[in-house]
Amino acid sequence: MTIQDLTCQELVELITDYIEEMLPAVERARFEEHLAQCTGCRNYLDQTQRTIRVLGALPEDSIAPVVRDELLDIFRNWKRG
Amino acid sequence: MGTADVDYSEFDAAGARASTDELKLIAALRQGDEAAFMALVELYQTALVRVALMYVSSRAAAEDVVQETWLGVLQGLSRFEGRSSLKTWIFRILSNRAKTRAVREGRAIAFSALASATDDPAEPAVDPSHFYPPEHEDHGWWLSYPRSWEDLPESRLLARETRAQIMAAIEALPENQRTVISLRDVEGWTSEEVCSVLTISETNQRVLLHRARSKVRRALEQYLTEM
Repeated sequence: MTIQDLTCQELVELITDYIEEMLPAVERARFEEHLAQCTGCRNYLDQTQRTIRVLGALPEDSIAPVVRDELLDIFRNWKRG
Repeated sequence: MGTADVDYSEFDAAGARASTDELKLIAALRQGDEAAFMALVELYQTALVRVALMYVSSRAAAEDVVQETWLGVLQGLSRFEGRSSLKTWIFRILSNRAKTRAVREGRAIAFSALASATDDPAEPAVDPSHFYPPEHEDHGWWLSYPRSWEDLPESRLLARETRAQIMAAIEALPENQRTVISLRDVEGWTSEEVCSVLTISETNQRVLLHRARSKVRRALEQYLTEM
């Protein structure tokens, strides 16, 4: 197997399957072989993984106080039955 | 709010069972523990609104649907037996309420778009102009390598301005891609949870996630290059 098996343009489309560990073993081997020989694709994978990390560090939207109050009312009404 | 006529116990089926923590939370809710309820709201409100937005036309309508959902959760609580996880059950109630609302709005349900995610025209992860063209002997190879971010300090990536750029990129995504990336990467859901709540296949979920992540990466790259 040679690196010619998979182009960079093809590799970037497989990157989510790779990260999600959904690539079949043969494809995974091809993918990793390409990576081992290609700085551009290693950079691309690293960029993608860092992007995912930043996404995970985004603050979640806070709940508006008015919404919180409404929900508390709903809960209290329900409690009173 | 018209939720009393629905028996939500039927949504308490299949999938992972409620966890021990969830069972404790349910017991607290049944005893009328306000803090437990607000903790639950804190946990799921954002995601509930996100998912509701896939069905209804406005944020106000989505928030309405979510409010109906919480009422449905409380009303169904006495019959909830933990056969599904609490999370799954809550989101099934949401889907039910949101679909009803969408029908009332006469809105074509956004899910038809979701169901056919893989039939959409291809959206390349990287603009083809970044690779050697088909007629070139090196076709499909990088014309120039994507820049290494190895030397980029983590603080730079997590800076407020960077995060603002990423949030703008998420907002610019089509609704279905935005929902999937938000649930998976921002809220940290598993693919199983996303598939179950959105009732989409694993493959569709992955296609949507792939397109969304590719665009956000591209936006981040663009922003970091301009610096």
